[in-house]
Amino acid sequence: MAQQASAGRRYLRAFVSGFFVAVPVTVTVLDRFAYVARVEGASMQPFLNPEGGSECDVVLLNRWSVRNYQVQRGDIVSVMSPRNPQQKIIKRVIGLEGDFIRTLGYKNRYVRIPDGHFWIEGDHHGHSLDSNSFGPVSVGLLHGRASHIIWPPSRWQQIKPSLPPNRGPLDTEEEEG
Amino acid sequence: MFRRVLGKTLGFVGYTVQYGCIAHCAFEYIGEFVVCSGPSMEPTIVNHDIVFSERMSRHLCKIEKGDIVIAKSPFDPNMNICKRVIGLEGDKVCTSAPSDVFKSHTYVPKGHVWLEGDNLRNSTDSRSYGPIPYALIRGRVCLKVKGGGVLYVCC
Repeated sequence: MAQQASAGRRYLRAFVSGFFVAVPVTVTVLDRFAYVARVEGASMQPFLNPEGGSECDVVLLNRWSVRNYQVQRGDIVSVMSPRNPQQKIIKRVIGLEGDFIRTLGYKNRYVRIPDGHFWIEGDHHGHSLDSNSFGPVSVGLLHGRASHIIWPPSRWQQIKPSLPPNRGPLDTEEEEG
Repeated sequence: MFRRVLGKTLGFVGYTVQYGCIAHCAFEYIGEFVVCSGPSMEPTIVNHDIVFSERMSRHLCKIEKGDIVIAKSPFDPNMNICKRVIGLEGDKVCTSAPSDVFKSHTYVPKGHVWLEGDNLRNSTDSRSYGPIPYALIRGRVCLKVKGGGVLYVCC
């Protein structure tokens, strides 16, 4: 009887000590290194979620690479939504601070992105709540960079930064079409 | 002999990783000490004061009007600003100076807050750059620590 009680206490102690190791390590890894997120919605079609509601893509978000807030144009990033602080949105970076952008449906036709901000857009224009609705987004809201699509297995791939055609900063010598 | 050294090194690394992760969780979810600089929150918080900002209110979305918060600067994410929350989303805030004849108001948009420093004459805040997104807030200041003891609680 006493042996069973001490065995029970040993298991409890092992469980508690394991718990206090596993939880902080998991939380730190999710906060600092990598995060896994399911993409919902159609705002990044056809690149993410091409079939729509049937099966949602799951992406790996690299949080270590954005610890100094360094992103490139064309990266797909996850950002804390300026409209809803508990929601994260996945969009593509179109312009960085100092760029001139031709907007699609924003209140100004041309925008110079202020310091410390960037311009994000979904690939599916018209079905996307992005900078064309709420303007340049502060870089402090950056959450992570989507580096790989990890589910479904048929869509395993590394995500490379690429700007959509005709969406990018206006160079001074480029003709405005 | 080599295996013993390897075992001890791995044990040491394991302990470092475990305590580093516990420290990260404490700073990220419980609170952290912050050194404030600048005159924008006088007389509540003066230059070189050390304050304790707790993180739970921000994660639970319980920041209220009148709280002093630490937030990431909207123009430089590596800098932090310490200001008071004057308006939450949907509130009407006055944007004109006290000396103006015609008062102007604006409504704080959804998901944003309006921040102002206590030292209105010497503070760049939402009156110059507009409301900032709630998600830029890092924590709520609840204690001021000075000279080794707790001076007052402004919860």
